[in-house]
Amino acid sequence: MSKQFDILAIDDEQVIIDSIAKLCSAEGWKVDAALDATAGLKKMDRNQYSLIICDIMMPDLDGFQFLAETQSRNIQTPVIITTGYSTVENAVKSLNSGAIDYLAKPFTVEELVSIVQRGLNYGKIMESFSNANRDSMPYVPCPPRYYQFGYSTWASIEEDGSLRIGVTDLFLETISKITQIELFNPETEIVQGNVCAHIETDDQLIHSILSPISGRIIRQNQSILNNRNLMEKDPYFDGWIYMIIPSDLEYELNHLIPCSSDRL
Amino acid sequence: MLRKIGFKLTLGVGITTIIIIGVYAYFNIQSQSEVLLAEVERHANQLSETIKKSTHFDMLANRREGIYHIINTIGKEPGIQEVRVLNKAGEIIYSAREEDIGRMLNKKSESCYACHAADEPLERLSINERTRIYKPHPDSARVLGIINPIYNETSCWEAACHAHPEEQSVLGVLDITMSLKDADMQIKRSEINILIFAIIAMAAISFIIGFFINRWVDNPVKEMVKATQHIARGNLNYSLKDHRSDELGLLAKSFNIMTQKLAEARLQLFQSDKMASLGRLAAGVAHEINNPLTGVLTYSSFLLKRTKDNPEIQEDLKVIVRESKRSREIVKSLLDFARQSVPKKNKVDINVVIDQAISVVENQLSINKIQLIKQYDKNIPQIELDSNQMQQVLINLLVNSGDAIGSDGGTIIISTSLITLSPYGIWQIKKALCLKGHNLMDNEIKIAGKPSIKLKASADGNKGFVHLDPIYGKNRHQYEIQMKNSENIQFYCPTCDRSLIREGKKCPKCDSPVYSLEIPSQGNFEGCTNIGCNWQKWDEVDKAGQKKYVEIKVKDTGCGIAEENLNKIFDPFYTTKGQKGNGLGLAVTWGIIDNHDGTIKVESKVRKGTTFTIQLPIEQIRIS
Repeated sequence: MSKQFDILAIDDEQVIIDSIAKLCSAEGWKVDAALDATAGLKKMDRNQYSLIICDIMMPDLDGFQFLAETQSRNIQTPVIITTGYSTVENAVKSLNSGAIDYLAKPFTVEELVSIVQRGLNYGKIMESFSNANRDSMPYVPCPPRYYQFGYSTWASIEEDGSLRIGVTDLFLETISKITQIELFNPETEIVQGNVCAHIETDDQLIHSILSPISGRIIRQNQSILNNRNLMEKDPYFDGWIYMIIPSDLEYELNHLIPCSSDRL
Repeated sequence: MLRKIGFKLTLGVGITTIIIIGVYAYFNIQSQSEVLLAEVERHANQLSETIKKSTHFDMLANRREGIYHIINTIGKEPGIQEVRVLNKAGEIIYSAREEDIGRMLNKKSESCYACHAADEPLERLSINERTRIYKPHPDSARVLGIINPIYNETSCWEAACHAHPEEQSVLGVLDITMSLKDADMQIKRSEINILIFAIIAMAAISFIIGFFINRWVDNPVKEMVKATQHIARGNLNYSLKDHRSDELGLLAKSFNIMTQKLAEARLQLFQSDKMASLGRLAAGVAHEINNPLTGVLTYSSFLLKRTKDNPEIQEDLKVIVRESKRSREIVKSLLDFARQSVPKKNKVDINVVIDQAISVVENQLSINKIQLIKQYDKNIPQIELDSNQMQQVLINLLVNSGDAIGSDGGTIIISTSLITLSPYGIWQIKKALCLKGHNLMDNEIKIAGKPSIKLKASADGNKGFVHLDPIYGKNRHQYEIQMKNSENIQFYCPTCDRSLIREGKKCPKCDSPVYSLEIPSQGNFEGCTNIGCNWQKWDEVDKAGQKKYVEIKVKDTGCGIAEENLNKIFDPFYTTKGQKGNGLGLAVTWGIIDNHDGTIKVESKVRKGTTFTIQLPIEQIRIS
């Protein structure tokens, strides 16, 4: 009786479930839904899902408890957390609690589709990684002494105390070919867990990049704007995005994963 | 009443007085009566000697009439009861009372007892032993008797009468008894006098003690009880008169400092409580609004995607998507405000930001016949601020001004200018050293979120630590030391114990000693050691650190704000607009200005108008 679905949407608001179902079905994905986390877990026992989209504020189990539950049950299905209470803390906490991505409500169809597309691709990559022999890494891991925020962005501390930030190779693997990069202007203040750049791909998706750290942008990498392949070619060195002056590095480093002990 | 300190103290002092005066009176009366009795005794003895001497010659001549005469005359004197002469056998041979003559006295009678108590009669007795005091009847006055032995002398046995043989030593006794009525009365009188004195002294002492206790203890304590009741009712502005210099005056001073600190703490707590409730409200609102908004945004953006071939619908849908996204930003900024988020700052021209804000409200103002006058300073450099948030602030102020003026017309003047302000109350000490170069900063105890300056302190023999506020001129120090006199505090470096007091320098405000800290490359920082005094001086910063600020004034000719409401207007949910307002506008404004390290002030006169003044730093005071 086990059924195969692409997406399980868990939210106590019917309108959200309807929206997700409608938008994702239009993209050709099979969507199932649950109105609370307990029902969602029951469905996950019965059926196969490639990706879960889960709300934070729900009766009974909330999103974080749901994440803890999936981890204790050793469920490998990637989870995207979404919430109407879209604070930086919730974004950071979600990624730290094991979610692969974070989607603030309200979202547009582009935002939802791009994040779901990435999530599904991420699941596939991870699956092939665990099936295949471990020597052939499907992506280039982040170099030592770098810090990673979720799976998607990295930060590295320069000698002069500034930071370079960029996206990981794993993130680039989950998206299609880059067609356009949209960066914020220097002097802009960016906040950890908030959008700091947009990447457009040849499948007409616009991907939001979440900043790994808060600070003031002092330089954009002009080379990636001129040569879009540079980011894909060398994401960790020449393909950096911004140089920033961090505002609260010491505190925010706690939310980042040092790459030497890379869990991915 | 019985439990009052005044009564207890008066009672204690009264009892002590009674004991002291009682003991004094007892010994005084004792010694007085002794002196008096000794005097009577001496007098009686002298009298008996006189009688003996004056009758001596008559005795020798055996002139009995002469003896009778003398004894009778003396025996009639007032105060003298009896004068008797007894022979060896105990027979009364002479007496002032004739009926006694010839009567035999028993040797055990009180006149004879002193000598005849022993088997062999004594011949010589001291004056004390010859004296006796007794009561002839139980109700009669006391009587003093003195016996004077008449010794055998050569002239006696050689006299012609040959009445006494030579070998006899004592011939007889002269016995005089005197009434002690007068002496006893005198003793009684002095007893009464002393008693009266004791009672008066006791009453006077109790009264005086009572009076001063009332004045020095009762009244101040009553005042203090009243003050604590005021505090308990929540009136933290109540302060005690602290002009007294005694312990209670000190207590009053310390009480006033405590209530002041309490009031500040309550205000802060109140403010953060308001912010917390605003945060909860914002969280609730965000969650509740974002869900339906997701429906609007997803469906409209979905439609937009599906109707690419229908440009007419596309236009309308784009408006829906755009406005939904705007709502999303509004909710997000409410959330951001609730958590006092970091503003998204860019370098902008403040005059441009004001113009953008004006363009939003211009229409509404001109409908209400409100004239808007712009007085911009064109020379203001670009400053770093979140232009969206700043626009929100200005729109809030302009809308409020418009509402205050109403529909009858008026004027709003909006002006900008460049001003220079002293760093007092703004500048932060980030590093402080003692004379030997030891670091004094303490990262563990923070004052308003910033590392404090830790000093060792001693006062009145107590030792402890003092944490100084690192913000120049803010004076939110924390004291971990007990002290009686706030003016005698000494500061030392916690590492090397070297004194931080600057020799020879006195606080210009209160004349107390001054401490001095070295601020690397920023000169010396000085402050008054007296807790009650807020004097601080940082010459280098005062000289070099005059900071430039942009001042924005929004002045209207509206209805004004009543004075009692002036301190409430920045409170969340405070509104005078009833259903039309949510009471968040100025609270949000305050939060935004605060996040820009700026200040906002209000001055207002009812029916004259209101002026809001915003001051924003041109260069950020970066606190790392």
